Amino acid sequence: MLSTEDDVLEAALRWRREGRAVALATVLETWGSAPRPVGSHLVIDAEGNFLGSVSGGCVEGEVVSEAADVIASGTPRILEFGVADETAWRVGLSCGGAIRVYVERVD
Amino acid sequence: MRLDLLSRLMAERAARRPAILVTQLATGAQRLVTPETLAADPLSADLRKALRTGKSGAVGEDADRAFLTVEVPPPRLAVIGAVHISQALAPLARVAGYDMVIIDPRTAFATAERFPDVRVIAEWPDQALPEVGLDPFTALIALTHDPKIDEPALEAGLNAGCFYVGALGSRRTHAKRLERLSARGLGSAALDRIHAPIGLDIGAVSPGEIAVAILAEVIGALRKDGPAMVRPEAAA
Repeated sequence: MLSTEDDVLEAALRWRREGRAVALATVLETWGSAPRPVGSHLVIDAEGNFLGSVSGGCVEGEVVSEAADVIASGTPRILEFGVADETAWRVGLSCGGAIRVYVERVD
Repeated sequence: MRLDLLSRLMAERAARRPAILVTQLATGAQRLVTPETLAADPLSADLRKALRTGKSGAVGEDADRAFLTVEVPPPRLAVIGAVHISQALAPLARVAGYDMVIIDPRTAFATAERFPDVRVIAEWPDQALPEVGLDPFTALIALTHDPKIDEPALEAGLNAGCFYVGALGSRRTHAKRLERLSARGLGSAALDRIHAPIGLDIGAVSPGEIAVAILAEVIGALRKDGPAMVRPEAAA
């Protein structure tokens, strides 16, 4: 079943209260035909479990791996993905769009 | 993200109160803004706009760049009268994303057969509305033509700060209605908020057309003006 953005935030709250280490990713900006709108969320725990979507599947793997670093360091970071960045990033958006994603630890 | 702010954001949402989590992207600093703290916030103009549209997004430039995570209650329609127009309004409201509840004490009208998939409460507004819980993100739409049913509901809608309050009836009917509501103690500022004759003036004739006119007016009230709490004059 598809989860709404509110479901994802509720999950972030619930997972954290259960004592799990949690990061939250949020789509800050989009350009072109980005698959998920601004404000879309992905919640990730330290084991790599996740709920929600920031790109419909294109870059979730990369966001989940970055989230592990953010959980470890506690420092938020901004990730950029797009076709123009293919040389700089290991993954891109096949749709031709570009997105900027904020990843933060839930403290 | 601070767990306490996330927790408060979800609590506000559960209570059907709007709130915005502001994240300063340069520093990661966060704060929760509610209608009570909106006026004093440096981003108040952007925040008001966000509460009208209900959309999350980034605002500001460079070091002041901030992301707004916006939580706005889903808009609802409280319709007084299980009438023809309400039957036409129900599928339109669903398509537009507005939850709808119908209240009519006349049990012959308020039946599940006439309103499949809609919550129907066959009680007087005085009994039903406290249970429904009118609030600034609810529109109150009075369609029975019966003052005994419509007017207590209109009064409740005005007192609850509903973002839209509308009543069916001609200008003459409405003039008499205003006299009665005034006698009940409602002031002219409140009474001016009633949309009557109800609906955008598009010459609607059939129940279906009138339903379209009403819903269009409701959408305009929500998206252009917003609930009173998010309008600039609310700051004064």
